[in-house]
Amino acid sequence: MALCLFGAASVLNAQTLLGSGATFPAPAYTKMFDEYYKATGIKVNYQAIGSSGGLKNIQDRVVDFGGSDSFVKDTDFAKYPASIVHIPTVIGAVVVTYNLPGNPALRLTGEVVADIYLGKITKWNDKRIAELNPAVKLPNMAIMPVYRSDGSGTTFNFTAYLSAVSTEWKSKVGNANSVSWPAGQGAAQNAGVAGVVKQTPGSIGYVELAYAHQSNMPTAAIRNSSGVWVDASLASISASAAGAFPQDSRILLVNTDAKEGYPISALTWIIVYREQKYGSRTFEQAEQLAKLLWWMIHDGQNFVEALDYAKLPAPAIKVAEAIIKSITYDGQPVLK
Amino acid sequence: MNDRRFNALLGFAALLIVFVFAGFVLTLVVQSLPAVKQEGAAFLYGSEWNPVTARFGALPFIIGTLLTSAIALVIAIPLSLSAGIVMGEYVRSGWLRSLLNTLINVLASIPSVVFGLWGIEVVIPLVRNLAVLFGAPPYGAGILAASLVLAIMIIPYMSSMTREALMNVPAGLREGAFALGLTKQEVVTGIALPFARQSIFAGILLSLGRALGETMAVTMLIGNATRIPDSLFSLGNTLASVIASQFNEAASDVHRSAMMGLALMLLLITMIAGWFGRTLMRKGASAYGK
Repeated sequence: MALCLFGAASVLNAQTLLGSGATFPAPAYTKMFDEYYKATGIKVNYQAIGSSGGLKNIQDRVVDFGGSDSFVKDTDFAKYPASIVHIPTVIGAVVVTYNLPGNPALRLTGEVVADIYLGKITKWNDKRIAELNPAVKLPNMAIMPVYRSDGSGTTFNFTAYLSAVSTEWKSKVGNANSVSWPAGQGAAQNAGVAGVVKQTPGSIGYVELAYAHQSNMPTAAIRNSSGVWVDASLASISASAAGAFPQDSRILLVNTDAKEGYPISALTWIIVYREQKYGSRTFEQAEQLAKLLWWMIHDGQNFVEALDYAKLPAPAIKVAEAIIKSITYDGQPVLK
Repeated sequence: MNDRRFNALLGFAALLIVFVFAGFVLTLVVQSLPAVKQEGAAFLYGSEWNPVTARFGALPFIIGTLLTSAIALVIAIPLSLSAGIVMGEYVRSGWLRSLLNTLINVLASIPSVVFGLWGIEVVIPLVRNLAVLFGAPPYGAGILAASLVLAIMIIPYMSSMTREALMNVPAGLREGAFALGLTKQEVVTGIALPFARQSIFAGILLSLGRALGETMAVTMLIGNATRIPDSLFSLGNTLASVIASQFNEAASDVHRSAMMGLALMLLLITMIAGWFGRTLMRKGASAYGK
C-alpha cells in the first residue's frame, strides 16, 4: 500500500518539459530526448511545427522552449515579453545535389549555383561549369533547378549563402524562408525536392545532408571563402562553426571563414527566456530545463552523428555553456 | 420530445451553421486586412508575389486556379457524362453495372495525396515525354499534369450524379417515348438527358467546386512556381497550393495576412462559380419551360 502511494507520488513529480519548433533538428531532438528519458526519467515533449510556430509559442509563453533554425533578429526582440537567449544544439548543412548521366562528382562555386538558380546558366556543358570540372565530360543538357515550395529553414540558409556570394542574387532575390524564384520548379519538403531531382534528368536541387545521404544522391563539392574545395561531411560541417563564435551564439554559418568549413552549414537553436520566473513557473521547472540544455550540448552530442547532424565544435560548446549559466530564476543563476 | 423542443433544437442547429459560416468569413476578412491595406486592388491584379520584398499580388494564382479547374472540366465532362449514361441508361443491372459502380465509388474515396503520388510516378513522366515532343522545357509537372489528375479526381462525382439523375427519369416518360417508336438513342438524347440536365449540371458544379479547392494533389503536381502560365506545360500555382506551401513558415505578419487574403479569394471564387452556375441553371430551366 505504501509502495503504491509512493509510486503515485513519483508519477506526479515526474516532470514533462514541453517544446515546439523547427522540423529540421526534430530527428536529433527525438533521439536525444529519448536517451535523456532513459537516463533521467524526465520526459521531453517536442512538437515539430516549424520554426515560425516555435518562435510564436515561446513569444506566447505556452512552451518551455522553442526551436528555431534562424536566430531572432535584433529588431524582433521587442516582440518578446522578456529577454531571450539562444542555445545552439546541432549543426546541419544544405547540400547541392543533381541528376546527370553516371552522376559524376562535381565541383561548383556559390556564384555558379546562384547563376543556375537565376536562370543565367541553363546548360550543363556551360563554360563556367566545365572550367570547374575539367576532368568531367558534361552533357549538353538543360539544367532544371528544383527548389523548396514550402517555406523552410533549408531555403533560408541556401538563399543566405547565395546572397553572401552573389550580389545579383542578393539584389534580385534575397534571403528568406520562401523567396520569389526566378527559375525552376518547386517541390514540397526535402523529400519532394529529392524525389523530383531523382526523377528528372538534368535537374539540380538543394536538400539537407541527411536526405542526400539516405537516398544515395550525389552532392557537389563547394569552394569555401578560403578557396578550399569542401565536400559536405560531418567533419567539414562541424568545422564551419570552429571559427570566431559570438557570445550570444547568433551567427549565420553560411560562407564561413573557417578554413576547412563547408560553406552552406547552419546552426539550429533552442530559445528560452533568460529569467525563468514568469507565470506559474517553479524553480524546479527552471532547473530541469537548464539541466536538459546542459545535457544536450554535452552528452546529447554523442547521439547526433548517427543521424547525419554535425556536433558542436569546442568553441561553440564553451559559448553555449556560458549562455546556459546565465539563465536565472528570480535573479539567481539556476545552475551553480 | 415534444414539438416545440424539437423545433428549438432544429432551429439552434441551423443557426449554429449560420454563425460558424459568418465567423469563418469574418476571421478571413479581418485577418486579411493588413495585406489588403498594403496592396490595395493590386492584391487581385498584381503578378509579383515576393515574400522577401513583401509584395503580394495574387493574379498568377487566380489564373492558375481557374485554368486548372477549367481544363479539368473540359476533360472530365465528356468522360463522366458517357460513364453516367452507360450506367443510367444502358447497363442498369447485372455484374457490369456493379463493377462500374464499385470502381467509381473506390475512385471517389481515394485520398488526394494518393492521387498526388500516382501523378508524380505516372502522369509527370508522361507529360514530360509530351513536353519534349512539343519542345517545351521537360519538367513534367505543371498546369497540364495538375489538370489531368484533377479531371480524374472529379470524374466519380460527375458520373455518379449523372447516373442518379438519369435513374430518376420517370419510367412512364421513357416508356411513352418508346411506345411512340423512338430509338434508344433518341430516348437518351431527346428525353432522358433534357429531363435530367438540371441534376447533371448540379453535379458539374459540385465537381468544379472540388477542383477549385483541391489542394494536396495539385500542390504535388503543379510545379509551385509563381508565374502566369503561358502554355499547358507551364509551371504554376493555385490559390490552394500556395496556401498549403507557404502558410506554415510565413515569417512576416503581412505574408501571413496575404495567405488569409488568398483563402478569402478562394472562398469568393467558389461562391461566385456556384452562384453563376445556379443562375445559368435557372435560365436553362425556364427556357425549357419547366
